[in-house]
Amino acid sequence: MIPDPWAAVLNAVIYLLLAPVVGGLIAGIDRKITARMQGRVGPPLLQPFYDVGKLFEKENLVVTTTQNFYVLSYLVFMAVSGALFFSGGDMLLVIFAFTLSHIFLVLGAYAAFSPYSHVGAERELIQIIAYEPMIIITAAGMYMVTKSFYVSDIMQSAVPVVLYLPGVFIGYLIVLTIKLRKSPFDLSTSHHAHQELVKGVTTDFAGPNLAKIEIAHWYEYVFLLGVVYLFFGFNPLLAIAAIIIAYFLEILIDNTTSRAKWQLTMRSAWLVAGTLGIINLGVLYYLRMVVVP
Amino acid sequence: MSYLSKSPWIIHYDASSCNGCDIEVLAALTPVYDVERFGIINTGNPKHADIFLVTGSVNEQNREILKNTYDQIPDPKVVVAVGICASTGGIFRECYNVMGGIDKVIPVDVWVPGCAARPEAIIDGVVKALGILEEKRKARKRPAGDRA
Repeated sequence: MIPDPWAAVLNAVIYLLLAPVVGGLIAGIDRKITARMQGRVGPPLLQPFYDVGKLFEKENLVVTTTQNFYVLSYLVFMAVSGALFFSGGDMLLVIFAFTLSHIFLVLGAYAAFSPYSHVGAERELIQIIAYEPMIIITAAGMYMVTKSFYVSDIMQSAVPVVLYLPGVFIGYLIVLTIKLRKSPFDLSTSHHAHQELVKGVTTDFAGPNLAKIEIAHWYEYVFLLGVVYLFFGFNPLLAIAAIIIAYFLEILIDNTTSRAKWQLTMRSAWLVAGTLGIINLGVLYYLRMVVVP
Repeated sequence: MSYLSKSPWIIHYDASSCNGCDIEVLAALTPVYDVERFGIINTGNPKHADIFLVTGSVNEQNREILKNTYDQIPDPKVVVAVGICASTGGIFRECYNVMGGIDKVIPVDVWVPGCAARPEAIIDGVVKALGILEEKRKARKRPAGDRA
């Protein structure tokens, strides 16, 4: 079913306006909780907004001007994929736009000449390869349960999606660690002051460009947590609780694990997609075919 | 107050320090002092930095590196010389390979003397640097003809 066009546009506009605010607050809460876990007081809640405001006050230092184009494309496609998602669009199109936005980030990092930027870009590519199968399986699983790729249908479906897709849900939470750039999978760049690879994929972005990358991250946070919501679409309160618990777990994992090598990242992400994801889908298929004809 | 002074990101460079001041700089990041309370982050990337913390005197080997790192920091930026060696060359001043304080190579905005400089003094120096950073931001916004 194609969603009501006016409601869809309204939802997309609300997302485009509010997602940076919500995403920035999530980032602020994240930093505060992280600091408390490390026995520190931590920055103010609004620190991510101060950071981005500051970055816009700085000089835009670029190695090549194509970087500006790539960073802007990253931000725009990230916003577009989230807007498509929240307007109830096609899940596959959302994933397509989402992947494309990350490709722009990788291209932007490759456009600079710094070896750190290049290694960061390579690692970002590895991360994309690692999480992509699981994201596709998530969409496929939701289709198998609700018989629709449209987010609006999945959300309104009375079927408790998570009960049919427990393996896919756990698999999604694991790739969420990669997507939120949390330890042990924060290979390409990290939100912490780690100094490995200088700053990885964001090494050669300064000032306003870095600010745009941050804003794109905020859009990404809201979109990724929106996918968690879909698993619990039958009960909004439960969904919100699930999002909070999922995010808290991500912070906990972030603060209790050291960084993995890229081989382990790749292996664990694909192992999860291959076992939890595929077996879950296989069982669903079998039940539909044999048990409930 | 602008956002700049609420989110100063620091890059720390050890010119030819004995590591005394470096340990004190890192002490400021520990839970005891926790400079992230003020939004201060110790970044390893000059392109993300606002404040350049330098420890130790400058010598013939690292003057180029010091200058290069300074040039890579986007404007507005400030330099804090931490410790007596970075300020004047300290006890290494007379060494055949030492040029002296880092102001021989890059413009310094704040001097934090001490051997080693205490974490409190370093944080104090950074807070002083924030005021200068703010002035530089205002100067940058003015048309080019107005600049001093």
